[in-house]
Amino acid sequence: MQYEAVIGLEVHVQLKTKSKMFCGCATEFGAEPNTHVCPVCLGYPGVLPVMNEDAVRKTILTGLMIGSDVARFSKWDRKNYFYPDMPKNYQISQYDLPLCVRGAVEIKLEDGQTKKIGVTRAHLEEDVAKNLHFETTSGVDFNRAGTPLMEIVSEPDMRTAEDAFAYLTALKEILISGGISDCDMEKGQLRCDSNVSVRPVGQKAFGEKVEIKNMNTISGVRRALAYEIERQKAALQKGEKVSQETRRWDDATGKTSVMRTKEYAHDYRYFPEPDLMPVVVSEDMIAEMRKLLPELPEAKRQRFVKQYGLPEYDAGVLVASATLAAFYERAAERSKNPKAISNWVTTELLGKLAEAKKTIDESPVKPEQLAELVSLIESGQISGKIGKEVFAEMFGSGKGASMVVKEKGMVQVSDAGSLEGFVEEAIARNPKSVADFRAGNEAAINFLKGQVMKLSKGKANPQLVGEILLRKLEGG
Amino acid sequence: MSLHALTIHELREKLRGGDVSAREATQALLDRIQAVDGKLKAYLWLNAEDALAQADAIDRSGIAKNGKLLGGVPIAIKDVINVDGQPCTCASKILKRHTSVYDAFVVQRLREAGAILLGRTNMDEFAMGSSTENSSWGVTRNPWDLERIPGGSSGGSAAAVAADEAFAALGSDTGGSIRQPAALCGCVGLKPTYGRVSRYGLVAFASSLDQIGPFTKDVADSALMLRVLAGHDRCDSTSVPQSVPDYTATLGQGVKGLRIGLPKEYFIDGMDREVDAAVRAAIKKLQDLGAEVVAISLPHTDYAVAVYYLIATAEASANLARFDGVRYGARVVGEDVIDMYGKTRGAGFGPEVKRRIILGTYALSAGYYDAYYLRAQKVRTLIRQDFEKAFENCDVIVTPTSPEVAFRIGEKTDDPLKMYLSDIFTISVNLAGICGVSLPCGFTKSPRLPIGLQVLGKPFDEETVLRVAHMYEQATEWRKQRPSL
Repeated sequence: MQYEAVIGLEVHVQLKTKSKMFCGCATEFGAEPNTHVCPVCLGYPGVLPVMNEDAVRKTILTGLMIGSDVARFSKWDRKNYFYPDMPKNYQISQYDLPLCVRGAVEIKLEDGQTKKIGVTRAHLEEDVAKNLHFETTSGVDFNRAGTPLMEIVSEPDMRTAEDAFAYLTALKEILISGGISDCDMEKGQLRCDSNVSVRPVGQKAFGEKVEIKNMNTISGVRRALAYEIERQKAALQKGEKVSQETRRWDDATGKTSVMRTKEYAHDYRYFPEPDLMPVVVSEDMIAEMRKLLPELPEAKRQRFVKQYGLPEYDAGVLVASATLAAFYERAAERSKNPKAISNWVTTELLGKLAEAKKTIDESPVKPEQLAELVSLIESGQISGKIGKEVFAEMFGSGKGASMVVKEKGMVQVSDAGSLEGFVEEAIARNPKSVADFRAGNEAAINFLKGQVMKLSKGKANPQLVGEILLRKLEGG
Repeated sequence: MSLHALTIHELREKLRGGDVSAREATQALLDRIQAVDGKLKAYLWLNAEDALAQADAIDRSGIAKNGKLLGGVPIAIKDVINVDGQPCTCASKILKRHTSVYDAFVVQRLREAGAILLGRTNMDEFAMGSSTENSSWGVTRNPWDLERIPGGSSGGSAAAVAADEAFAALGSDTGGSIRQPAALCGCVGLKPTYGRVSRYGLVAFASSLDQIGPFTKDVADSALMLRVLAGHDRCDSTSVPQSVPDYTATLGQGVKGLRIGLPKEYFIDGMDREVDAAVRAAIKKLQDLGAEVVAISLPHTDYAVAVYYLIATAEASANLARFDGVRYGARVVGEDVIDMYGKTRGAGFGPEVKRRIILGTYALSAGYYDAYYLRAQKVRTLIRQDFEKAFENCDVIVTPTSPEVAFRIGEKTDDPLKMYLSDIFTISVNLAGICGVSLPCGFTKSPRLPIGLQVLGKPFDEETVLRVAHMYEQATEWRKQRPSL
């Protein structure tokens, strides 16, 4: 029998706001435990929440980007449950009137086709703290508690692990391009739980649903789903039943294992949060947010191909990150050769950044400086080979291209007079190669060219060297 | 007249003129407390040194002599409002050693107005009760009869003001917790409109009902206190960005031509005969002063207590969830975290608090939510509409504050339902979110116990409420009566 999987994803995204959802504490990651806290986010007696408007705006923007119906009237609810990472033992969330309803994320399938994955809803809530377990005791770090958290729930529209991977990749690109979140999974800025079931192809009803937790990378999600789908299929083929349960993904072993067998019928006792007023979204606010709508990654990729004449692949690499795409555009706008800029960015720059473990924002070489370097090469002032040395120096020191070239005396020698000296010297020193060339071995000229470059310490204009060499050899 | 017996406006005059220093005023109160609080137990915490140091600082700065509304006036605070550096136990064992780490908005306002934060007054645990008997630290006595309760939940604040142990005190009113004890102790208690005074720093019982207000010796002081406390606070999203009038300025405008509504549902069989008579006499007095009386109806009054005990307990069940032993307050170690929660809350909360948490949890549970919480919210809307309709035909509503006078300690402790009915005339006001004041309107003969008159107003119309109360108060002698201690 043929089986197919049904997958739905629940994604939690930390919003990139300066302060927390309901107080003024910073949302900065990685600080000493319990240093970004105040009576409000610690849930001290008597405190009250105040809504972070920027978080609401970012959620609305997200909704507009994925084609949601943005609610004109939305409200806050208390979700009640006890856990040490919850300062108030209730979470301020949104229950029946979320900010965004419906929507879709377009994914690209392997065969080049596209598919729309439906979004059920996106709502805003506050993140919980982080529990830390020591040998005999436990601790709680409340720095994260109260960080604005957007929950995006997908429809069960995905059928393969690849679908899920593509959905998360596309969603991440959207969120980054809109400045909604940095989506760094290692920092917990994007977290994902999966629901997956398997059913015989053609069957309408869903199979027993399994929830998978603890996937810390997007490829981890793909691997976990691939494993889990096979596990469920194998069980069904053996005539066993798949039981509804929550499983934990172990990235090291590449397996899922049972976390909770019985689905506890959680009763969160939601009720409207009396400490906050409902959120009324005006038409003016929607219009304002529409102006902030960024170009979606796919549209940007197509524009890069057309506007800058880039190969599809290169354009894809550049738009994968909104900041990288912005870096590229700033450099390309200042250059006569946007294609060359793309080559520099995708090979040299990304390589050096990866080596230095730096993000594009931290690049010591600025877009303007890269454009300058490319124009030095274009105008023949330095060779492409010297260009790489100049780039390395720029990356190390943060200095401009012209400055490096000048300081190191790397200007390309294009003066025929000085080059003739090098050419004559090379001819005089290598009679065998000269003889070879004259005997008809045209490749021998390349060796002589190399010798000239060596004598000029790489600064000779290679094209000019070729011309002079040919003239001398053929003429003499 | 002894210093401690003065009203705020009388004391302010002396302070402004330099006849009295803030230190002398504070010392006078400390002496009075020393003399009588052993009998009353209105205060839970008092730091004479700290209070005198605050007074000295005010004397040095000259604030007492300038125009600051409360310059040099010591104020007592109900143990449910945060004052930075002072204990805040909510009369609960679960917060036994808890010290506030910040000032409530109203406390900031008091400090800015030059007040001295004198000490903490007793209350029912987490403001749940009508007699102050639910305090974990012992009951406060009614200054008129030490065998009787002072009302609640702000019983400590009411008793302190009535017994001249404070010039004024802050309380909180969720279902009558300011007005009922004010009535039973014979002082003036004001519950402002929901949203008029910031709740930031008030430990929440029922967030959609709670409101902070003052206890004072007369209506003029109540107007003055509200001027200090009221106003928008960006830390409380439910506080209203509306300008605050000078309540004192309009106090003397009289009641001529004002329409006073008498809801028939508030003059019922089973009410104490002397209370009924005193309230009717007060209404007659207001008529004599030029007010017009109109009969009105608040048809959903009967449902108020039931609605209140669903909404208030539901909100409380969430509000009190934070007391878990993890971050502050008492902790009883358990085998695991769930065990710790159970043991901490089991040992920390008293029986009435537990009863209400259980009630509220039940009302919000899946399968019961629609029948209880949701239905209660709908009836709450009807109750609010009752008042809206009534106020189309009148400017204020006058009722008894409580169907009876102060009862004996222990009289109702075994019967929670009977206790809940103490608030039958005050609860609707919180559900509707409107404002109201209770002031003395007489005494029972034997024993001699104060009777309270309740004046209710439209949302944000404290001006008219205070004006009517002031007019009545000035035309009678009740305010001059003092308990003999």
